Amino acid sequence: MIYQGKQKIWADYQKEIPDNHWFYVRSCIRQNFFPGSEKMFLEICRNVLKKDFFETEYHTTCGGIAYHCDTIPQETVMTIVARQFALMTEAGYENYVASCITSFGNYAEIIETWREFPEVETRIRELLWKACRREFKIPKNLAHASDLIYKYRNEIAARAKYRLVNRYTGEPLKVVEHIGCHYAKMFPSKGVGGAEYPYVLCGMIESWGGNVIDYPERRHCCGYGFRQYHVKANRGYSLSNTYKKFESMEPYHPDFILTNCPGCPYFMDRWQYVIAETEGKTYGGNGYGIPVLTYEELASLVLGYDPWDIGMQLHQVAVEPLLDKIGIAYDPKEKYKGLNEKDLMRPELPGVLRCC
Amino acid sequence: MDFGFKLSPSSAINLDKVDLSRFEKLHGIEPDIIKCMACGSCTSSCPANRFSGMSLRKVILDLQRGREKEALGMLRNCMLCGKCTMVCPRGINTRHLILSICRIYGEDGK
Repeated sequence: MIYQGKQKIWADYQKEIPDNHWFYVRSCIRQNFFPGSEKMFLEICRNVLKKDFFETEYHTTCGGIAYHCDTIPQETVMTIVARQFALMTEAGYENYVASCITSFGNYAEIIETWREFPEVETRIRELLWKACRREFKIPKNLAHASDLIYKYRNEIAARAKYRLVNRYTGEPLKVVEHIGCHYAKMFPSKGVGGAEYPYVLCGMIESWGGNVIDYPERRHCCGYGFRQYHVKANRGYSLSNTYKKFESMEPYHPDFILTNCPGCPYFMDRWQYVIAETEGKTYGGNGYGIPVLTYEELASLVLGYDPWDIGMQLHQVAVEPLLDKIGIAYDPKEKYKGLNEKDLMRPELPGVLRCC
Repeated sequence: MDFGFKLSPSSAINLDKVDLSRFEKLHGIEPDIIKCMACGSCTSSCPANRFSGMSLRKVILDLQRGREKEALGMLRNCMLCGKCTMVCPRGINTRHLILSICRIYGEDGK
């Protein structure tokens, strides 16, 4: 393809992301899986980069899991989302940023539905008014939290204490990036780089010194898929998807995996334990697994935060080999101590997957 | 350890390791085979489908992927009634195609 043509196609997938003043909504499940991530997102944006990010304790789930599990109809999800938009409008914001990929996909789908079918929007406004006497404006800008870290990646790089470089070899770390399916596969123009070449995580990795690995199953789903995992009889299918990805990336020897979805890091992290127990196979060096990080955790690590303060001890796969490679200082004795110095107790060690 | 679920067997096919020489021979005498868009009209109109699972759509896909044993096993259920030829939206002479498949893939006596 000629270069100018490529530039033109690429331009279609560039996304306008305002620099400041965002209304932030959290994910339902991320706070349980990797509780440091959302806290660190606000910490970095507010206290390190001095941006205006507002969040309210009155926001609820977006209804995405129930919607994708076919347990509630779209009108219900739309009304829940309309209430979230009402909270944003009442707080005086016009830019809406979601922590969760499924929420982001949900919001994009609903805004697009209202644009296509204005009568549906009118009906939802009526339902919201009847339910809780609220009114809303549709956000001017909708972003996923990883879009914001992508936008601030160079500011973070300028303040970084560590680079994604193997200190033993001097080579850039080899990183697998995994984008949540609902980020751009449903509405390619809503994501940075579209569905085929999403650049949101690649941009961060390259700015912070790492190398992105291209491997055959790069765009394959992590395997979560609500209707697969939540039905126990289908869990083998979910596991098999993750297994397929790991088998595909194994020959490239990645140092770690970077994700931007609530479910992907959880399943790629925890399934490594299940694969090790059932198949006796591990994918990292010396019996370890491949660490799976969220983009907020990675940003926090390069900025020099203590790994135990950002919740790295809650990962199934040990992150210590990665910290050693980058040269990040940590105290093993502090791993299972809470912020209040209370002992969090030690988890039982797995039989096959090596953990520190 | 038993988690109550396990890995599903992989259905991945490595096309670099598949011998497609007979499919290429078939394509030489039945060029229309690559016009198939896998719409499934042949399968839905097939009278043998309901009781034997015969599906020409699957047969063509299997041959393209080198799964000859599965394809030929399924073709044994074909009654050559020709209904699939009548409904094919791409105008493929499926009845003739089936006879050609039997001729080429049956050369070694399978």
